[in-house]
Amino acid sequence: MPKVWDWDLAGQALPLLLQGFLVTLAATVVASVVAIILGLVLAMLRRTRFAAVRAPVRAFVEFVRSTPVMVQLFAVYVVFPGLSPFTIGVTVLGIHYATYMSEVYRAGIDGVPKGQWEAATALSLPRGRTWRAVILPQAVRNVLPALGNYVISMFKDTPFLAVITVHEMVFQATTFGGDHFKYLEVFTMAAAIFLIASYPTSLLVRRLEKRLGH
Amino acid sequence: MGSFLSQLSQSWGNIGSALVITVEGTIGGAILALVLAFVLGLMALSRFVVVRGVARTIIEFFRGTSLYVQLFWLYFALPVLGFKISSALLCAIIAFGLNFGAYGAEVVRGAINAVPRAQWEGAIALNMSPFQRMRLVILPQAWVAMIPPFNNLLIQLLKSTPLMSLVTIADLTFEAQQLRSATGQTAWSYLFLLVVYFILAYILTLLMNALESVAKARLGRGTGLRGIFRMRPADPTGKSLGAGLAGAGTEIEPVEAANLTSKTMGAGGPGGGGV
Amino acid sequence: MATEPKIPDLSEVDTPPNLPTGTPMVQFDKVVKRFGDNVVLDHLDFSVEQGERVTLIGPSGSGKTTILRLLMTLERINDGVIYVEGQPLSHMDRGGKLVPANERYLSTVRKKIGMVFQQFNLFPNMKVLENVIEAPVHVLGVPKDEAVERAKKLLDLVGLADRVGQHPTSLSGGQQQRVAIARALAMQPDVLLLDEVTSALDPELVADVLNVLRDIARTTTITMLIVTHEMHFARDVSNRILMFDKGRIVEEGAPDKIFSEPENDRTQTFLRAVLEER
Ligand SMILES: Nc1ncnc2c1ncn2[C@@H]1O[C@H](COP(=O)(O)OP(=O)(O)OP(=O)(O)O)[C@@H](O)[C@H]1O
Ligand SMILES: [Mg+2]
Repeated sequence: MPKVWDWDLAGQALPLLLQGFLVTLAATVVASVVAIILGLVLAMLRRTRFAAVRAPVRAFVEFVRSTPVMVQLFAVYVVFPGLSPFTIGVTVLGIHYATYMSEVYRAGIDGVPKGQWEAATALSLPRGRTWRAVILPQAVRNVLPALGNYVISMFKDTPFLAVITVHEMVFQATTFGGDHFKYLEVFTMAAAIFLIASYPTSLLVRRLEKRLGH
Repeated sequence: MGSFLSQLSQSWGNIGSALVITVEGTIGGAILALVLAFVLGLMALSRFVVVRGVARTIIEFFRGTSLYVQLFWLYFALPVLGFKISSALLCAIIAFGLNFGAYGAEVVRGAINAVPRAQWEGAIALNMSPFQRMRLVILPQAWVAMIPPFNNLLIQLLKSTPLMSLVTIADLTFEAQQLRSATGQTAWSYLFLLVVYFILAYILTLLMNALESVAKARLGRGTGLRGIFRMRPADPTGKSLGAGLAGAGTEIEPVEAANLTSKTMGAGGPGGGGV
Repeated sequence: MATEPKIPDLSEVDTPPNLPTGTPMVQFDKVVKRFGDNVVLDHLDFSVEQGERVTLIGPSGSGKTTILRLLMTLERINDGVIYVEGQPLSHMDRGGKLVPANERYLSTVRKKIGMVFQQFNLFPNMKVLENVIEAPVHVLGVPKDEAVERAKKLLDLVGLADRVGQHPTSLSGGQQQRVAIARALAMQPDVLLLDEVTSALDPELVADVLNVLRDIARTTTITMLIVTHEMHFARDVSNRILMFDKGRIVEEGAPDKIFSEPENDRTQTFLRAVLEER
């Protein structure tokens, strides 16, 4: 009778999983950068004076955040066969989360008291300067924990990149499991690695939240 | 495009049954998640530290590990331990239920915590038992606050259902891939699929908005039916999807937690020290 | 709303029996209550007889609310015993020893006490009538028809017979507070606790609520513990005034005596301040 849990097999798989985990981390970081920047851009576009810009941006945000990231990955993957899976993966994941983060920024910008705008006007600060020096620093500071929450969520969504053959951790686990006809060890370890990585991070976000007085 | 449309009209029957599967996975997962959310959410408010501990562990575990991994674990790894879930669809429903039930538990807990303390006290002054306080007074009020975050989780669940196609379930995504290989119309197939998901998401949002209107009207805060057609609410805190323990909904501080347990169980009422 | 409050005939309304026994209705025996290091009540002793109406006055923070909340079991007592009709409130007898009360025991003693809150605390998930019948039906097990009938009488008593189907949120503060009074009376408590029930109200709504309470005081024998800054009202309805300062009774007596010739300095200063403010 075969052992239920095979330590040898687990030992063999671990280096592969960790190697995959590096890809997972890299994907999380790059996708976060995309989301954090693009999210702000989307939020600003949704505040422009031009309705011709606002409406399509809003439609884009609603559409992207209401449809599965996994299908979005498939779609972009097959439409741009020339790009590397990793590039496509982090871009799509980043855009997907940018739509969430745009809502975060929006709330943050709306949360800056009206008096701040009025004070900037009273000082005759130009509009661009008002944004950069007065509004955004306050807004961004307030939304940092929320952005952190979405980064953690994105981290847990990186396995979706496996469907377009990005060699992240779950891809490695699936391949290894398939090769050895045994999935218990690899998926248990993958789950454990996720937990070990995400739980402390969420504690950090919580600390940040407390520090910023939420 | 032309061949895509003609193939589409031919596969209409298949797409219909795939749609049913996707909806089944969504609704089945949502029902299980709802039940678990209430069970775990109420356990997390228990006055018994052991009960709270069990609930917290389960919640953190299923929030902290990826849904993708959970589904694969249930489908590929669990049989090794001697449990084989009879169908892949059931497997997916269980995975969705566990994962979103854990997120939902934080919604339930947060919403119950958000009911003003005065309401607990009003119920105690009328000599209601702890169970009656919860059932007659607190939950009917907390429920309203749960609906928008539940809506977000429900859409999130719908958006996770393409995972089913990875464990051999012939859901919409699976069917779209069939369509794609039959027509070679890759872009159209996936665009069609995205539009179908978008429509499904919008229908679910309409239903949840209607539910919210009804619930609000019962609290005398009627907004009428105007609000029903709006889009799903944003979650500018990221907490509904966020992280383990911490990111969780309205956080209760230890002191408050102590109060809350006595509020819930009422042995002598909220033990003061609320500040 | 501005209509003259009805002065209904209370003889129809069920009132708790007046028990002419020697046991005090409420007795505080060396009661200690602390919040952290802040000792709010330090070995407080006093008692209230059956059918008596006692008003607690005193400066802010003197512990008046705390006393009512302890009686309503909303706060936990740190030391001493509170008796309600001779029954300890926070403790129960188990094999001759007093142990902290459990929920089941609490509910038997708590049944005798009703409370009206400063902020009304009506349940927004229930309409006016439902607010009043909810506890009689679910806690006392009164059949629904009967509870409805009684609730309607009580709502009539507080001048809100025509509001039974409305949501509490659609009522004025004064109306909400009168619903809350009806709701408390529907449980037929022996003791009614009133904690500054008019201080959250706009001035023009105060009179209606106080008139309802005056009626209840005049026509029933329910024991009342009242905290109020409405000194005329206190004078009208109370048999006795307790003046508190820093968790102690510094003076007590009949309303006429306390209001016309207070002996204690603190009482004098306090009353002067309160009466000037009006
Ligand atoms: N939940 C609590 N936590 C900490 N301290 C409390 C709490 N409730 C009351 N206290 C303190 O207990 C003391 C008495 O408060 P209490 O509310 O009984 O006074 P009061 O006589 O009702 O005053 P007021 O006229 O302002 O209503 C105050 O010092 C108050 O700060
Ligand atoms: Mg008070």
